[in-house]
Amino acid sequence: MSATSPNPSLGLQSKRWNGLRNILEREGPFCKDDFSPSPDNLEFLQTKCKVLVIGAGGLGCELLKDLALMGFGDLHVIDMDTIELSNLNRQFLFRRSDIGASKAECAARFIQNRLPTCRVTPHFAKIQDFDDTFYQQFHIIVCGLDSIVARRWINGMLLSMLRYDSDNTIDVSSIIPMIDGGTEGFKGNARVILPGFTACIECTLDLFPPQVNYPLCTIANTPRLPEHCIEYVKIIQWDKENPFNVPLDGDDPQHLAWVYERALERANQFNITGITYRLVQGVIKHIIPAVASTNAVIAAACATEVFKIATSCYDSMANYLNFNDLDGIYTYTYEAEKSDTCLACSNAPQVLPIEDPNTTTLEDVIKLLCESARFQLKSPGLTTVFQDGKKKTLYMANVKSIEEATRKNLTQSLGELGLQDGQQLTVTDATSPTAMTLQLKYQTNEIEMN
Amino acid sequence: MSSPAPKSPELSDKSKKYDRQIRLWGEHGQALLEAATICLVNVTAVGCETAKGLVLPGIGGFMVADGSTVTEMDLGNNFFLNASYIGKSKALACMQLLQELNPDVNGEYVDESIDYILANRPSFFESFDLVIASNLNEQTLLLLSNRLWVSNVPLVYCRSLGMLGTIRIQLKEHCIIEAHPDNRQFDLRLEQPFEALREHLESTEVTSKVPWLLVLYKYLKAWQSKNGGGCQAPSNYREKTELREVIRADMTADEENYEEAIKAVNTAFGAGLVPLSLKEIFDDDACEQLHKKSDAFWIMAKALKHFVVQENKGYLPVPGVLPDMTANTDSYIALQHIYRQQAAQDADHVYHKCQDYLKALALPMDSIDERIVRLLCREAAGLIVLRGTRISDEYEKSCRLQSLVEDNELQGSLTAYNFALRAYERFLTECGNIPGDCTVEQDIGRLKSIASKMLVDLGLHATISDDILHEICRFGGAELHAVSAFIGGCAAQEVIKILTKQYKPIDNTFIYNAISTESVTLRL
Ligand SMILES: [Zn+2]
Repeated sequence: MSATSPNPSLGLQSKRWNGLRNILEREGPFCKDDFSPSPDNLEFLQTKCKVLVIGAGGLGCELLKDLALMGFGDLHVIDMDTIELSNLNRQFLFRRSDIGASKAECAARFIQNRLPTCRVTPHFAKIQDFDDTFYQQFHIIVCGLDSIVARRWINGMLLSMLRYDSDNTIDVSSIIPMIDGGTEGFKGNARVILPGFTACIECTLDLFPPQVNYPLCTIANTPRLPEHCIEYVKIIQWDKENPFNVPLDGDDPQHLAWVYERALERANQFNITGITYRLVQGVIKHIIPAVASTNAVIAAACATEVFKIATSCYDSMANYLNFNDLDGIYTYTYEAEKSDTCLACSNAPQVLPIEDPNTTTLEDVIKLLCESARFQLKSPGLTTVFQDGKKKTLYMANVKSIEEATRKNLTQSLGELGLQDGQQLTVTDATSPTAMTLQLKYQTNEIEMN
Repeated sequence: MSSPAPKSPELSDKSKKYDRQIRLWGEHGQALLEAATICLVNVTAVGCETAKGLVLPGIGGFMVADGSTVTEMDLGNNFFLNASYIGKSKALACMQLLQELNPDVNGEYVDESIDYILANRPSFFESFDLVIASNLNEQTLLLLSNRLWVSNVPLVYCRSLGMLGTIRIQLKEHCIIEAHPDNRQFDLRLEQPFEALREHLESTEVTSKVPWLLVLYKYLKAWQSKNGGGCQAPSNYREKTELREVIRADMTADEENYEEAIKAVNTAFGAGLVPLSLKEIFDDDACEQLHKKSDAFWIMAKALKHFVVQENKGYLPVPGVLPDMTANTDSYIALQHIYRQQAAQDADHVYHKCQDYLKALALPMDSIDERIVRLLCREAAGLIVLRGTRISDEYEKSCRLQSLVEDNELQGSLTAYNFALRAYERFLTECGNIPGDCTVEQDIGRLKSIASKMLVDLGLHATISDDILHEICRFGGAELHAVSAFIGGCAAQEVIKILTKQYKPIDNTFIYNAISTESVTLRL
């Protein structure tokens, strides 16, 4: 045994591991076919297996605890956030005195103190701050995120790290399994993704419901709900009156108080009732209700899957668990299917059908990329290469000077921009670390140049 | 423009801390949680994870009861123990480390075993709102469950063994006003509009600016007169299609409210009558026979029944909740006002009847709050009463268990696991050791004979597969943290449901298999 800790109570022979060792060192009728019972399994968890936990919030705190107590000895955790008062009802590694500190650092410290058999390396950073060489070092990645964009980004990263053999099959050693958990109130889900092999985040993008937006004319002219009045103050009145000469900040109590008062005035004017401070805060900050219990359940399901994959003791879940405990306790496990037309993992060029290139403007294309269930992009940048080899940026919103230079393209039709049937567009977006290629396919094959 | 509004009521510190959960169960649910005290029997990982899920959201207090001391073995799966407590009271250790999670919560401990408490201080449990126990042997489980049944204290019993977990809830009666159904049907009364609504509907001109409800009413009337002039709503697919076509035929442009009316044909009708579940509550003895110790729920239920049957021609009080509908502000608010007025008026009748009953029972008039009566009236269609069963009845009688057997096999492996875990607990009592703690092979045989005798005693002609019993012995009593955390999370939420009287808890046994990530709920 290589792991000889100076403190025997922390070593592999410690009685603390008696229970786990029954599972890892005994044969069983339900074990995975290639499971080999052996003390090596615990040694692997304690000394070799490296797991990355993304997010140190409600799910992340639970995940770190669960993994450390399931025998894992080398964890990393990334989180860019700092601790707030409203985290304390579920993020149990933080105390009131930690408010303002880094979640990742605070969580890592707490776990190491309580469970000295586990080393936790914190990263007070964004996932986008790291490249593939960082992600390469992990055996398994677990996500406890509340952001869909971040989930899609890490999914794209793991897909981009796949290596293909000469016959275009995936090199199995390049796969890093991704376990993803999500919660909302009393509902949650956990899933196992083997990048390139099983359904990825983008394959099942339609599982994320699009955000509800109230029509602008309702907000402006015919409000009926208290939410309409709050949205009015947020979208229209704030910019018009500019009370603090800064953009609206949902974390600033003075800002919230101003919105509350104006929303109340507007509601009174229309005889609408039901404006409360909590509602104002919820609408402005898009607050999703959260309880300790759902996070505990989903994180536990994720940690169980990490354990199964790391030790091969049981087959891992195939591949999607839905949980909800509004009415009794309900779970449903099913196999989400890999999509042949998935933008991220199908490894085939994607076709973008265009009805008529002479009436479809670049703005229409961008709108489609943002609003259709298939793409759900945030702020895509588009470039293309013409037949003569010239590269052209069609539109790019994120860099001010380029935006100004390319804005005029928005109102032009694809034909006017000189884009041909079959031409490839390179699309970049916050939802993916890599660019994707879309091939234009014109339904009317002739382009009339006027 | 001067602002007549009061200064913003910024939330209190506590209210901010619990904000994300108050959005689910409300300030009134939070108040009930903060007033409750529970007892945790046995310091296990699953017990502590359950308690964690209660301490974090701010339960009033918790008492930990355990007579043993912390060993190195305990450190492998329990987050609420650490090496500095080795050799010291487990109850003390876990109480302190749980308490540290939330200074608002009051923690206490007693370092006595459950067996000692049951033998020497059996009334110990009576002061708690609920008891959580885990990983007991069969004899102790039956003693505890009987004691709590007699004292009418709910018991949540959790098991976590290897990759398996279960939750069994034992409670006598549980009444829920706010079940928070996922898909609420709006109760609009279009078929039988109350007087104020009928007047409004018939005196308002239907334009493209009014809520779809007025559109639907107009064409419902037209459809009814074409179909014999009754006050029926279309009930089948053909009739609904007819009504939709009548509306569509009259559209001149793409009026949004007409489109919404067409969409609403499917869901707008049929509410307002007494559903079967409520009829059962009305017919319940507890509703018929009020007495001085009747729960407020039953007094309100009887008042509700009186209102529905005697005063409102069989219709429920109007809930007064409208969906959002595309319309101009004035016409929507006017309509909303009519529904809300009627809801307040109906609830007022029910409230006065409650007061009559309180007076007749010589109970204090303020023991039922007007707001809770309003809530009960709004939720009338979804009221729930659960009547639980006693664990020892489940262990002694088989009447309800027969349906679990088919072709001499326990239906589904999850049911079989539940009985295998019972056999495991009997093994603990009869053999005095843990199945598989030293030798697996030998214990499989002993567990097998205990399991088959148990099934025979229950009168069940069924077997549990050898593989399942083998797997149980393979675990050798191991409690795995991830399974305990899953079960603890679920159990904590069930406790919160019981204490806040909101959302529907399981009835009554939940079984989870982490190998296959499956679960089932059985009524045992
Ligand atoms: Zn995919």
